[in-house]
Amino acid sequence: MTTTRDDAVLGYDEALAQFDPVMGLEVHVELGTATKMFCGCATTFGAEPNTQVCPVCLGLPGALPVVNAKGVESAIRIGLALNCQIADWCRFARKNYFYPDMPKNFQTSQYDEPIAFDGYLDVEIPAESGEGTETYRVEIERAHMEEDTGKSLHVGGSTGRIQGAEFSLVDYNRAGIPLIEIVTKPLVGAGHRAPEVAKAYVSALRDLLRALDVSDVKMEQGSMRCDVNLSLRPKAGEDPTSDAQLAVPMGTRTETKNVNSLRSVEGAVRFEVCRHAAVLTSGGSILQETRHWHEDTGITTSGREKSDAEDYRYFPEPDLVPVAPDAAWVEELRATLPEPPAQRRKRLQGEWGYSDLEMRDVLNAGAVELIEETVAAGATPQAARKWWLGEPARRANTQATDLVTYADQVGLTPSQVAELESMVVAGRLNDKMARQVLEGVLDGEGGPTQVADARGLELVQDDSALEGAVEKVIADNPDIAEKIRGGKVQAAGALIGQVMKEMKGQADAGKAREMILAKLGAA
Amino acid sequence: MSDITRLSAADLASSLASGELTSLEVTQAHLDRTEAVDGAVHAYLHVAGESALSAAREIDGRRAKGESLHRLAGVPIAVKDVMTTTGMPTTCGSKMLQGWVPPYDATVVSRLKAAGLPILGKTNMDEFAMGSSTEHSAYGNTANPWDLDRIPGGSGGGSSAVVASFQAPLATGTDTGGSIRQPAAVTGSVGVKPTYGGVSRYGLVALASSLDQAGPCARTVMDTALLHEVMAGHDPMDSTSIDAPVPDVVAAAERADVAGMRIGVVRELTGEGFQPGVQTRFDEAVQHLVDAGAEVVEVSCPSFEYALAAYYLILPSEASSNLARFDAMRYGLRVGPDGVAAPSAEQVMAASRDAGFGDEVKRRIILGTYALSSGYYDAYYGSAQKVRRLIADDFAAAFGQADVLVSPTAPTTAFRFGEKTDDPMAMYRGDIATIPANLAGIPGMSLPSGLADEDGLPAGFQILAPAMADDRLYTVGAALEQRLLEKWGGPLLDRAPDLTTARQTEGA
Ligand SMILES: [Zn+2]
Repeated sequence: MTTTRDDAVLGYDEALAQFDPVMGLEVHVELGTATKMFCGCATTFGAEPNTQVCPVCLGLPGALPVVNAKGVESAIRIGLALNCQIADWCRFARKNYFYPDMPKNFQTSQYDEPIAFDGYLDVEIPAESGEGTETYRVEIERAHMEEDTGKSLHVGGSTGRIQGAEFSLVDYNRAGIPLIEIVTKPLVGAGHRAPEVAKAYVSALRDLLRALDVSDVKMEQGSMRCDVNLSLRPKAGEDPTSDAQLAVPMGTRTETKNVNSLRSVEGAVRFEVCRHAAVLTSGGSILQETRHWHEDTGITTSGREKSDAEDYRYFPEPDLVPVAPDAAWVEELRATLPEPPAQRRKRLQGEWGYSDLEMRDVLNAGAVELIEETVAAGATPQAARKWWLGEPARRANTQATDLVTYADQVGLTPSQVAELESMVVAGRLNDKMARQVLEGVLDGEGGPTQVADARGLELVQDDSALEGAVEKVIADNPDIAEKIRGGKVQAAGALIGQVMKEMKGQADAGKAREMILAKLGAA
Repeated sequence: MSDITRLSAADLASSLASGELTSLEVTQAHLDRTEAVDGAVHAYLHVAGESALSAAREIDGRRAKGESLHRLAGVPIAVKDVMTTTGMPTTCGSKMLQGWVPPYDATVVSRLKAAGLPILGKTNMDEFAMGSSTEHSAYGNTANPWDLDRIPGGSGGGSSAVVASFQAPLATGTDTGGSIRQPAAVTGSVGVKPTYGGVSRYGLVALASSLDQAGPCARTVMDTALLHEVMAGHDPMDSTSIDAPVPDVVAAAERADVAGMRIGVVRELTGEGFQPGVQTRFDEAVQHLVDAGAEVVEVSCPSFEYALAAYYLILPSEASSNLARFDAMRYGLRVGPDGVAAPSAEQVMAASRDAGFGDEVKRRIILGTYALSSGYYDAYYGSAQKVRRLIADDFAAAFGQADVLVSPTAPTTAFRFGEKTDDPMAMYRGDIATIPANLAGIPGMSLPSGLADEDGLPAGFQILAPAMADDRLYTVGAALEQRLLEKWGGPLLDRAPDLTTARQTEGA
């Protein structure tokens, strides 16, 4: 990548001292349907290029689309979960523009008649006081159905982009995969917390979609993609939600594409705030354009200029009949919705017995689902929290990714964490050994039992070895032994350490302590 | 053997069933006829002799084994080049698709094959079905068998000419604004545009999706009905296909009884602007129906005044989007821009579209792109959709007074090549009587009403029926045909010139 940081930026606090940010988030979600939106082709990720294609999704002359009913069902469920109204009649529309990875040179989408509209999602961010959380209501403008495009691979050239490439390869396996685009209304009133709100929204949306079981929502595989719109307007006081502030007209916005991790969502908002502020304070004006986010450098660069002249010539798709979900069906689907996330969090916190602080850490780490599944697999809530927020969270953080994505990448599953914990409970591993086993799992050495076996990590269960070590240590330390005999049990600690050393760590310290005290008549 | 090609599809079917003829004989006879006359007519873009003969042999074999076959099994057919066919090119009369062999059959083609009709070849057409004369084909004109200096109608001039010149008893067509009915009218043959959704559009290279409808072309009303029956029916691959039983068009053609039926003459589609000889034959035909016991009423459809304008907004709009896929990226013509060493994908797209599309196609793409542009959409596409509703309302009111509506199919008989190519509006006006049916999605038939006195060329009689009442077309059409045949003393096409002596070749 040869992206250069040629844009001036202002410090974040300095920017926020003068400006009020307004955001808009567009999230594309690939549905997990078995077949594409308008044909019967499979949707398996990672198949050989151009093996999941047919006349319809290749846009061959004469081919016609047929709507995937499962896709419509998922769209309605998503709309309902986002507290939207569901259209009783709506149509698909053609969005016309030329691009090699779009077989028909129009995308079958929805325009002024989305399947779902006017909803909201409440998201929680840590309270500024440091205690508890604050709720921010993200208003949803619409959720509509459309099809994905193919994927271009630009070969040669330095940027991986089409400019300067020697040639391009196109894979149409993705063409026609059902997408739901969820568009927020302008998010106002978040003030300096805008980046956090953006991240919390995408995270909450991801949790919701996962709970709905409509998508695998893997941002790194592109099954969930986010575009961030941002503009700044002059600040009208300290309260970003004041009437005076809300009355200030919005500034020119930029649309940042390719924002494909939770961290990036936060980073892209923050960077664009700083960049806009630098332009505006130096007397310049913001160019309405598409910008590209670079995950590696944490900056955006200018893409194509997005003028008002860009005209998609939308019109109702004449090859498809209108979608008219009947009210009874919509109510049936409403009954299939999972518990609303906020309510669910409250319930889980009660069930798990977490303090507000513990729950907050879990939420911040995005570990609710992981812990829930780990508890379901047999671990205690405290143990589940301890393991997930330990090494895995630390590594996810260093790799600038989120816990769910990280766990998915390294293949750490909730059932493995439960397995690890059960080995501790059963006395096969002590805490220190369990940490080593977990590291082994994260390093890709296999499941917990496999790692423990391979690394030879196991508490010695044969008491004779431990007994021998205890006797040796007592014999080696007659004065400490005497103190213990005299009732000074705290002194046992010194002997336990030596016993563990004798045992090369492979002993249960509790058991060693019991044995020492018993032998010295102090138990 | 040459009289085999004079037989109707129904008669051929009987002879095949009785064993008097084999499909191989019938198919070979038609291929021989093509060999003899198509140099002059140029109705075919591709003749599939070998595959037609092998399909014929297979049917003969199955018949010999006593298998029960479709009534039309073994009767050969020509297919308009707008329908995808495996094993044969599908060009839509465009350089853009020169040599393109589709990997799949259109549903209509699958149905023909399943019924055992050998496919003789692909017929010429105006490029991407845009035109009323077949002069817009990138592969040269098709001549009208009645006068080789005249147009055979369009866009399906190849299909009308192929049946009118006895090269095939049957052909398929598609009708977006009259492309089946107007060619039938000017060649003295019969053509039907079924109810929108009656025949699957899957595999029909789309011109205007909301207007396109495939239908049958033949020389008699009964043959048209027999082919209609094979082509029609619900197709899950086409969302706009009607999921309901196909009206019994064959029984309707057999009935041929109009006693007590109300025939509505559309005031706006007669009189001024219609060639006198066309009008005279029309008036006589109406009188025949009265003689046969029908009642005639005059109906008015005031919104038809705006039909042409609405049509020429909706069609180019949809076409501009439908034809966007021809971009040289996956199939079809690919040329690089002149003098550019390493062209971008966009440059290749632009150069290929410039080289691959003809003038009429470009004209309509530009019109449609403009009509859909933001700021113009409401005034153009939006208004056109409103007109469409008004026209449907006019039809609904008219069908309250009459069981079928009638008019001349086209205002004139066949014009000469080149007569209207420089005046697109004059060409468009020729579609005035056929377009309303497409805008409203209702079925229509054209059958010959006789020869116009002033030029001795065929005139067409159009019958329109409410949506899903395609059978009425056949009842009325068959009744009229019976009376006209009596009057003429035989088929009108018997009076067409004997083409085997024609020396003219295409393009000369
Ligand atoms: Zn497909």
